Amino acid sequence: MKRLLVIGMAALLAAGCASKEEKPAAAVEERTPAPVQPPPPAPVAPAPEAKPLVTPQVQVNPLKDPNNILSKRSIYFDYDSYIVKDEFKPLVTAHSKYLTDNRSARVTIQGNTDERGSSEYNLALGQRRADAVKKMMQLLGVTDSQIEAVSFGKEKPKAQGKDEAAYAENRRDDIVYQGE
Amino acid sequence: MTAIRATLRPTTSHAAFVLRRCTRFARLLGLALLGALAASTPLRAALTIEIIGGGANPIPVAIAPLGFEERVQQRITPVVGADLARSGLFKLIDPGGINPIPVEPGQVKYDEWRARGAEALAIGTVNPLSDGKIEVRFRLIDLVKQQQLAGFTYTITQAQSRLTAHRIADVIYEKLTGDPGVFSTRIAYVTKQGGRFELQVADADGVGPQTVLASPEPIISPSWSPDGNRIAYVSFERKKPIVYVQSLTGGTRQVVANFKGSNSAPAWSPDGKRLAVVLTKDGGSQIYLVNADGSGLTRLTNSQGIDTEPNFSPDGQYVIFTSDRGGSPQIYRVAASGGQAERLTFEGSYNVSPRYSPDGKSFAFVQRDGGRFQIAVQDLATRQVQVLTEGASDESPSFAPNGRLILYAAEAKGRGILAAVSSDGRVRQRLSAESGGVREPAWGPFLKTQ
Repeated sequence: MKRLLVIGMAALLAAGCASKEEKPAAAVEERTPAPVQPPPPAPVAPAPEAKPLVTPQVQVNPLKDPNNILSKRSIYFDYDSYIVKDEFKPLVTAHSKYLTDNRSARVTIQGNTDERGSSEYNLALGQRRADAVKKMMQLLGVTDSQIEAVSFGKEKPKAQGKDEAAYAENRRDDIVYQGE
Repeated sequence: MTAIRATLRPTTSHAAFVLRRCTRFARLLGLALLGALAASTPLRAALTIEIIGGGANPIPVAIAPLGFEERVQQRITPVVGADLARSGLFKLIDPGGINPIPVEPGQVKYDEWRARGAEALAIGTVNPLSDGKIEVRFRLIDLVKQQQLAGFTYTITQAQSRLTAHRIADVIYEKLTGDPGVFSTRIAYVTKQGGRFELQVADADGVGPQTVLASPEPIISPSWSPDGNRIAYVSFERKKPIVYVQSLTGGTRQVVANFKGSNSAPAWSPDGKRLAVVLTKDGGSQIYLVNADGSGLTRLTNSQGIDTEPNFSPDGQYVIFTSDRGGSPQIYRVAASGGQAERLTFEGSYNVSPRYSPDGKSFAFVQRDGGRFQIAVQDLATRQVQVLTEGASDESPSFAPNGRLILYAAEAKGRGILAAVSSDGRVRQRLSAESGGVREPAWGPFLKTQ
């Protein structure tokens, strides 16, 4: 089951490849052989015995696998904007797919802003960014009970600087799975 | 908390003193304006100095060291003097060389003090009592009319001597300016040191901080209950913003709003029974009203945009708030019973964090001008806006309960500090120079005397 999921994700990555993304493309290249090999999944038969052996192999959690788009958790926004840019749509799509495939999985989407302006107004702006991703996920079939959109506003800046690079890093949503 | 027992002695009205000052003030204002035209000297460079600017006409007052005050641990006179000096409204006359220092009205040589330019004089004594308490006697004398303006006797514990000093400064301030003093009030703010956040409460001069809540996660938006016994705030300790109300006397706290999504921006109703909060549970940031125990939730605003930073009018009739329903963040007002909101700000593209003045006639807010965030005040009747500060990132304005000062968060050398500006923009002061950062200030209410 888990293994199938990995395959599914790889296929999804391949799909993502079509849209000129640099990072996903790199990930897909390494993985390209994978979908070809697994089709003869022989280990199905000796399942009871093989389980302990298979598990360590499959234990590569797709959410943590650096080669998997699901390990990518950050969505960046333009200044004063909460529009999910095209380059982040494959990422949101991949997580939505995971969540629709795993109905018991839960995520929190944490919206963040840069440090300029009022704490509470920034909290509301961060919320809007988190809500934007939540809405997109819901359109892709994720149920409301699986997602909570919250905001950290400007309170938990990832980058500490006072330049545009730091501000850009902080205009961000993070997807965090329950239990992480 | 032990109440301070204050006995009011027969006093003459301070109205005469204030009136006399006002006439002189009007005269001097003309001179000051001429002076300003001749050389407008911005005094903002002096950020390292505590007081920036000052009243056009500081009141010359002498504070005679209270007799026998060396008998108590915390001397009272220096605290009184520091309070008055910090306000920028007084000129402290040095009592040095006067011998003996008078402690009773009959001992005051008026000419001696008048020769030094003093118009008012504070005198008194400190007497340790047999039960370990202290009796503090204090009188304020109008040196021109040779009359007593105020006289009090306080029976206090050693631990209350700072508070008593602040109360004496409050009396002097009120008798000489006509406005109640705020030296005995408290402020709340959030410190950040390393990865540790603390919500603290301290005297209005920043002394004696007490930690209300310490957390590895941020704390924002502290809001005092009208009686000063509770503080509402937003804590991220559970990895999302949740609104709590905590008792300052017992330390107990309860969750007031923890709905799905974010919960923030608590603001007390003037009767202390309800809070306005911002919730996102129904989509978008919207304002709700909730009882202080978390019950009875009702929705107040209903817009497609962001509605946040609610603040009740002092009469409880209205709530002002920030909304971007018109395309940019502006300040709006809605009846506390709900209904159509009215837009109040029209200048600029970013006006946020509104706070009613205690008299309800104006509101302070943050205005972005270019890339700078500054504290401004808008008159509700005339809509006239006055920008009060010149910082780059001034935030979180909070009125002193007498309406004369606005406490706010500023930045100095990349660090968060607290600053205050008089509501006429004349006097600016830096209230805190702690290590680490200080943010999110909130000025507490007047303390009940009893």
